[in-house]
Amino acid sequence: MTTSVTSLGRNGLHDWLLQRVTAVLLAVYFIFMAGWLVCNGGADYLTWKAFMGSACMQIANTLVFFSIAIHAWAGLWIVTTDYITRMQFGDSATRVRLLIQLVIAGLTLVYALWGLLMIWGGA
Amino acid sequence: MKVSIYRYNPETDKEPYMKEYELDTAGKNLMVLDVLNLLKEQDPTLGYRRSCREGVCGSDGMNMNGKNGLACVTALSEVAPGVFEGRKPLILRPLPGLPVVRDLVVDMTMFYNQYEKVQPYLQNNTPAPAIERLQSPEEREKIDGLYECILCACCSTSCPSFWWNPEKFLGPAALLQSYRFLADSRDTETDARLAKLDDPFSLFRCRGIMNCVSVCPKGLNPTRAIGHIRDMLLERGV
Repeated sequence: MTTSVTSLGRNGLHDWLLQRVTAVLLAVYFIFMAGWLVCNGGADYLTWKAFMGSACMQIANTLVFFSIAIHAWAGLWIVTTDYITRMQFGDSATRVRLLIQLVIAGLTLVYALWGLLMIWGGA
Repeated sequence: MKVSIYRYNPETDKEPYMKEYELDTAGKNLMVLDVLNLLKEQDPTLGYRRSCREGVCGSDGMNMNGKNGLACVTALSEVAPGVFEGRKPLILRPLPGLPVVRDLVVDMTMFYNQYEKVQPYLQNNTPAPAIERLQSPEEREKIDGLYECILCACCSTSCPSFWWNPEKFLGPAALLQSYRFLADSRDTETDARLAKLDDPFSLFRCRGIMNCVSVCPKGLNPTRAIGHIRDMLLERGV
């Protein structure tokens, strides 16, 4: 068994499941949004604002922002652990990988918080 | 026909190189191992492994025109379009991702280390019966397509996840063997076996690209076995 302290759930099954659940959630959301846009092609700003300001859409958008953050972190963690290894970066691999993972984690957190501010007001 | 072979002798060569050979096959659709044996008469320094020459021992796994396989059971016409006809050269390289010992001979230590980790032997903590542990025909059927693996390493060395993390990801061959014992009704260590596969690397580094399935010379399906293990983990963990 290989332990890992930077993966999302410290456990392969947990990460795998989260990645799939968030992917399904995102797919459903984007199909719904595409459908809404097709059905409301001529919608003006006020209609859009009312639609996005409804409690249902605020909750859905919050879930989507969290899903994107979780999905992105799980996926990019895999990318960094695949490609930033001792084979490519020698002895400095762990330091480089940790640095890049911290940058990704920081950006993901900022985007998620920024998204929440947009959805719930204040930005 | 033209044959291009990866050559590297760490004692004399600074770096690997491809050496070109010409061979007259008299129009015969030879097996790649036969081609190597004929070339070995031309050039006795050529190094490669072979033993049974009938796809049983798994010694002569190599990369033929970009695809892994056993040289002894791969005919020239099966390597790639145009190779048998002489329009394209036969290109032989060692199995990718493992350190090269010499020419087409690779060091299989990393592969065997991962195999060892899955404890590929029957474990049963109940008292031994007088004669044997019986299985029903249905229980026995469950290990068909699993026990036939000959450990040639063609699958694991065609897997990018194994190339990137050969010390952490078990690889398709070891995981196929792991499922062979998880699926065996006589094995009682299912929980302990599954607990060792639950981390982000050992099993979950499989991205399901199925290179392993496409190259297995025995026609086995490690991706399906990995899927079954994942289902068992899911059932255990949810």
